[in-house]
Amino acid sequence: MNKILDIQDVTVSFDGFKALNDLNFSMEPGELRVIIGPNGAGKTTFLDVITGKVQPTTGRALFKGRNLRNLPEHKISRLGVGRKFQTPRVYLNLTPRENLELSYNRHKNLFATLLGKPSKGDREEIAQLLAIIGLAAKANIPASVLSHGEKQWLEIGMLVAQSPDLLLVDEPVAGMTDEETERTGQLLISLAETHSIIVIEHDMEFVRQIARQVTVLHQGSVLCEGTMDEVQNDPRVIEVYLGEPQEEVTA
Amino acid sequence: MVGAIALVFLVIVPLILPVSRLQILGRFLSLAIVALGIDLVWGYTGLLSLGHGIFFALGGYALAMNLSLQLPEGQIPEFFSLYGVEKLPWFWAPFNSFPFTLLAIFVIPAAIAGLLGYVVFRNRIRGVYFSILTQAALVVFFNLFNGQQKLINGTNGLKTASAELFGGQVGSPDVQFKLYMLTIVLLVGAYVLCRWLTGGRFGRLLVAIRDDEPRVRFSGYDPTAFKVLVFAVSGAIAGIAGALYTVQSGIVSPQYMDIAFSIEMVIWVAVGGRATLVGAVLGALLVNWARVLLSERFPEVWLFFQGALFLIVVTVLPDGIIGWFRSGGVNQVRSLLGMAPPVSTFPAVDLNEEIQREREIVQQKDS
Amino acid sequence: MQGVFDVLFNGLSIGAVLLIAALGLAIVFGLMGVINLAHGELMMLGAYTTFIVQNAFKPLGDSPLFSAYIFVALIAAFFVAAGVGLFLERQVVRYLYGRPLETLLATWGVSLILRQFVRSVSWSIAIGLVLFSLLFWGGQWVLKRRLDWNQLKAKALTILLPLSSAIAIIGGVVLNANKALAKPWFSARNIDVTAPSWLRGGVNLGSFQFPVARLFIIGLTILCLLGTYWFLQKSAWGLRIRAVTQNREMSACLGIPTNTVDALTFALGSGLAGVAGCAVTLLGSVGPNLGANYIVDAFMVVVVGGVGKLIGSVVAAIAIGTVTYLLGSGYLPLWMTQLGLTETLQPLFDFFTFFSTTSMAKVMVFALIITFLQIKPAGLFPQKGRTVDA
Repeated sequence: MNKILDIQDVTVSFDGFKALNDLNFSMEPGELRVIIGPNGAGKTTFLDVITGKVQPTTGRALFKGRNLRNLPEHKISRLGVGRKFQTPRVYLNLTPRENLELSYNRHKNLFATLLGKPSKGDREEIAQLLAIIGLAAKANIPASVLSHGEKQWLEIGMLVAQSPDLLLVDEPVAGMTDEETERTGQLLISLAETHSIIVIEHDMEFVRQIARQVTVLHQGSVLCEGTMDEVQNDPRVIEVYLGEPQEEVTA
Repeated sequence: MVGAIALVFLVIVPLILPVSRLQILGRFLSLAIVALGIDLVWGYTGLLSLGHGIFFALGGYALAMNLSLQLPEGQIPEFFSLYGVEKLPWFWAPFNSFPFTLLAIFVIPAAIAGLLGYVVFRNRIRGVYFSILTQAALVVFFNLFNGQQKLINGTNGLKTASAELFGGQVGSPDVQFKLYMLTIVLLVGAYVLCRWLTGGRFGRLLVAIRDDEPRVRFSGYDPTAFKVLVFAVSGAIAGIAGALYTVQSGIVSPQYMDIAFSIEMVIWVAVGGRATLVGAVLGALLVNWARVLLSERFPEVWLFFQGALFLIVVTVLPDGIIGWFRSGGVNQVRSLLGMAPPVSTFPAVDLNEEIQREREIVQQKDS
Repeated sequence: MQGVFDVLFNGLSIGAVLLIAALGLAIVFGLMGVINLAHGELMMLGAYTTFIVQNAFKPLGDSPLFSAYIFVALIAAFFVAAGVGLFLERQVVRYLYGRPLETLLATWGVSLILRQFVRSVSWSIAIGLVLFSLLFWGGQWVLKRRLDWNQLKAKALTILLPLSSAIAIIGGVVLNANKALAKPWFSARNIDVTAPSWLRGGVNLGSFQFPVARLFIIGLTILCLLGTYWFLQKSAWGLRIRAVTQNREMSACLGIPTNTVDALTFALGSGLAGVAGCAVTLLGSVGPNLGANYIVDAFMVVVVGGVGKLIGSVVAAIAIGTVTYLLGSGYLPLWMTQLGLTETLQPLFDFFTFFSTTSMAKVMVFALIITFLQIKPAGLFPQKGRTVDA
């Protein structure tokens, strides 16, 4: 029972459409896993199930051995699951520092938030984090004026500030320049030393940079798993991505 | 700053205005207290309540019930005899106690707001659904009070002018003056409370809930608890305001739960500038002042004016007067009139758009 | 037994009124996500249109032709309300798409203006308004022909708006000196529409009498419902409306004029409000505050029914209507007495007696709605799928 994440036979259906179909997936602590798959393969729904936004129709999702069914999102988050969204979702009317403070807060119940103040140690850690994500100079201006790449970084920073055990990162480099992409990759690799991470990405260049283990999703189930080279040479993967005439018959 | 303004209202204004005018100003200041409550839920947390009249009226009724009970032992308020009621309804009994009444003025509205908030927010009913439900709740409470002649004197409401308070008749100039002073003290108190709530990490969380509630959940917070608390606090503030308003206007009636009145509260905040506490107070005073000016002379124009105000605030001035000032509204007027913006350093620096943008940002942070 | 029948008929009849009032709301809210608080005032305009049409038919006396005025009025009410709705959408609502709370406040402002408008409108105000429109929009039309319109726009508007309003107001005030022109058309008093003779009285069925006016409203509601359904599901524009609802960008790419679709949808919803307004004139006298009586109930229908499906509104309207009548009419305590349950269930009896007035029934219905929303927060027929609550 030392798997950090264990998804067992999970199916999610929306009005009969199966976004996830009998999915099985597991991950060891400390792993950096990349999930790829064509559009509509169920990648985002997969994250929705883990974070409690969507309840599995059948099957169960275990995090550190604990069943996540019926837990609301904020409880799952407090267990140690952090999520970064596809389009950056930071609080635009707050500054990067305030954004980080909210995520960093260790006591997230009502009265602790109302009455508590960040300690000196907390503020130092936040300052460090700001430096890591390269926003130290822009710490006190509203996040709405940050560039797209900076917002992506801020959201990754918020994720780290939460200090989760498992990071779920949905398309971290969408809309970034090559240089930013490269730096994001380095950041994720260094984070992987202390966290378990699942990255969903389309950018194959980037996947090659960071990936050790890759999982391919297709039509709501795992198509294959392996290293980047194995996956790329798998005939089924080629079929899914490039398409073959028979594909449509079987689908 | 706030202290200075409060001092002006406490010391200088009473010297200038006669008590009759002071009474009107006192009423407006009570309304400014509700505006603070509305700003807390709408401006900061994004919950547009169209039902604050409920809490306002509940506070007023609580105090008015206590004042109606200032009778010799064994008697019950006069209006009961009109409907053939001989025994005081059970829920009136606790209001014999003044300390209980003082608590009830804000605890009952807070409890009802908290309960209503809980059953709505728990199910993640948000945005316009919440607004509609608060409005429906308002209609329901209106019906409840309006229809119960035998319990609470229905449409006629409860009158307070002839009761005793602070060692005099409520309607007397002396007591009205004391109430005016009390209103200012409580307004400052409400301001300080809201300032404290919105200033720290809690306030930033409210803004976060307003801007992206689902994201707040994924950060590990439970927005329901925060929203319920803020809504309850706002209800309590409205209750206090309602009690003050009642004794300064001499009556509380179901008309306080009129649909239009509750929406009007929102426009006060919108005119002043949502998510700025000063704006809420300023807006409440300005709009009510305009109402007195207009409806004294042209009663017909007032509704047109108010309607236009809603349209203008939403389409042209979304951040209200305060927001307009902060975003350089004065310069806009100057440029429309064909004047150059005032120059404080080298023109080349001042006209550089990048620098201007950053300067604005810094100014926003400072204010 | 007759009681049950009475409850069912009256419930259906109240439900029909609620539904016809809520239908336009359901369309505008369900398809566009717009909360239109002026919906009740559009109903009121429909009612006043009916009044005007009726007066125009007055010279015909009691001939059968006069009785037909109601059909003319229905059509006129539809187009007047739709026209005002169209104007509202073009001038205000379209700038606020995606900001439902702001839309709510803006439409409330419009509803205040409309309410005061029918109270005060007189020839001098009408002429003043025409004058303003000519100057303001006419002026813009002339200026738009200049090439540098985009640079001029802000400046032109700041001059045109005060200038044309000043001229219009002065014109109106001058005309107001004339007694005949200053006299309000309707004033603040309620107006009475006399129902055509064939809509008065009732149809007897056994020991039971159905008021014809209520049957007419039920029929009209069914007709509107079917018409709306047909329009949305079968017509070309209905298809476009549904397409825009599902994916605005994609629809625009496919060449669907999304602006026209928005305007059309809003006009359709407003027109239905006009029809509803015409229908309620049959139930009693109407006044400038007519809208306020219906708007909250109509919104409850939409909330309980769930957004996006008309069938939800139908079920919700009938359910709310029946429950309201059942509680408000006092049948429950009556039946309990007849069944001899009064003594065994005294508290329940007292409870039902307490709520057996129309206004108290509303209190109870609201409590039931809130309870219902605890079980189904998104209403009876929620929209399902991946896109809900991003």
